[in-house]
Amino acid sequence: MVSTADALAAATTAQPTPELWAWTKRHKTIVAGLLILFALAAIAIGAPWLAGDPLQFEPTNRLKTPSGTFWFGTDQFGRDVYSRVIHGTRISLVVGLCVAALATATGLAIGVVCGYYKRADAIIMRVMDGMMAIPAILLAIALITLMKASLFIVIVAITVPEIPRVVRLVRSVVLAVRARPFIDAAIASGTRNGRIMVRHILPNTVAPLVVQATYVCASAILTEAGLSFLGAGTPPEIPSWGNVISLGRTFFQIAPWIIFFPGIFLAVTVLAINLVGDGLRDMLDPRIARRM
Amino acid sequence: MAAYILRRLAATIPVMIVVALFVFFLLHLTPGDPAAVIAGDEASPAEIEGVRKKLGLDRPIWEQFGLYVWNLMHGDLGTSIFSNLPVLTLVKQRLEPSLVLAIATITVAVALAIPMGVIAASRARSAVDRVVMGFSVLGFAVPVFLVGYLLIYVFAIKLRWLPVQGYQPLSGGIGGTLRSIALPAIALGMTYMALIARITRASMLEVLSEDYIRTARAKGVARSSILLRHALKNAAVPIVTVIGIGFALLISGVVITETVFNIPGLGRLTVDAILKRDYPIIQGLIILFAGVKVLVNLLIDISYTFFDPRIRQ
Repeated sequence: MVSTADALAAATTAQPTPELWAWTKRHKTIVAGLLILFALAAIAIGAPWLAGDPLQFEPTNRLKTPSGTFWFGTDQFGRDVYSRVIHGTRISLVVGLCVAALATATGLAIGVVCGYYKRADAIIMRVMDGMMAIPAILLAIALITLMKASLFIVIVAITVPEIPRVVRLVRSVVLAVRARPFIDAAIASGTRNGRIMVRHILPNTVAPLVVQATYVCASAILTEAGLSFLGAGTPPEIPSWGNVISLGRTFFQIAPWIIFFPGIFLAVTVLAINLVGDGLRDMLDPRIARRM
Repeated sequence: MAAYILRRLAATIPVMIVVALFVFFLLHLTPGDPAAVIAGDEASPAEIEGVRKKLGLDRPIWEQFGLYVWNLMHGDLGTSIFSNLPVLTLVKQRLEPSLVLAIATITVAVALAIPMGVIAASRARSAVDRVVMGFSVLGFAVPVFLVGYLLIYVFAIKLRWLPVQGYQPLSGGIGGTLRSIALPAIALGMTYMALIARITRASMLEVLSEDYIRTARAKGVARSSILLRHALKNAAVPIVTVIGIGFALLISGVVITETVFNIPGLGRLTVDAILKRDYPIIQGLIILFAGVKVLVNLLIDISYTFFDPRIRQ
């Protein structure tokens, strides 16, 4: 972890140091993934300056092929696909980050309790097994059908099915750490349960959790796009990649660009996150991460 | 052996009970009035009351729960709000395309991914290995609808080899069905193949470094025999496990793939239910899909005994 933090700090300064070069060469996938993600983050933040209004209708410019004026063409309402895709970057990154943060935090809390208290474990793990049996996208669809659609609800609905996997991972780490002698030593010296959990057990979950969080993030971005594509996701007035693709469905045969450009952005984003995740997994403790 | 299967079978019961409880209480734990949300934004108070009556939401919760469990025990998955048809009838009407698609996808994915993983592992760090690994990283990132539309664009619109969309039922001859299902099965199978190829390679690499493989080599056993008889069978447990894990991805993928290719299966039923907010259908489909997933995992648990006799005890 220290080397990542160092490298990130070093990356912000202008001059690359020899250590950074060595690190970069050793962890090519992480660096490649991070570079793409930085670029996407820049696009998301700079969207209002990089592109025009994604909602502006221009009926005279319907279904225009990609050109100098409309880089990614226009949709059936004459809206600029480039502008919609650029603004869609925001939605995808926000959903990915929020779901990863929420799912990891909730899963961590539940997982630590499960690993530490046997009685809670028996009940909670049965519930988690049941939740894991429900396909993620269907569980999210059910939640969204029952609530008024908004970006927040979409984030919650994608988070819920991601939680059980995090819980299982944290629980397995906690169970392994608990059996180690230093926990017995802490108990013998009279340390309270809360302090043992926070000081002795939590730090050991960080490495596998960081790796898991990247996979949750990638999966959340794909799920959001899938839900929006099906018409059960982000409200249609918000230009998310899934919504753009969903609208392009009807005119796919004459205007394939409406689907291809957001699709490629989506694939590149997920690819970049997975590259970082795979790289981190190999760099941090590989055995714990592979246990899932 | 029988004891192992029985124990596995018994373990599925609490899972399905939790699924049923979860689906039931989902309707009651979500904030707001579910009847009003299901009826839609433009519904009049009378229409909302109608939905409430139809779903039995006006009755006491214990009575609703009792009725729900009673119905489930009798194989009644509920009744659609809009068509008034039992969910099970709707499922039966839409079952064939989804089943054919799922079987075709699994067949294509397993038949391609396992050889890919075996070859990559046997020539680790070669160009072939790099290509397979590159494919598995890419296959995991590219969303099913992008692959689907790309395949339609190339093979149906430009080359005109295969139909653009739609499904030919089996009653019209298997040839037509296969033609209509080829592109969807490849699109849907991409992620699945990436997953299986990656695990096959990893698992094979681990087994190939074992002492008994070196012994087999020293004895002069043929290379193909080492790979398939000595290594693959011992590498099978993680591979079979990941086929089970991937099955969940497959179910989510079916819903999207059927929308891309306009296939009138269970996925379309789900999407139509979303658009009409027909909650009983979604509820029934969740129980059905979860049941299928639990069953597949049970079969996989049982298959372990074939690959690893130690598990039988």
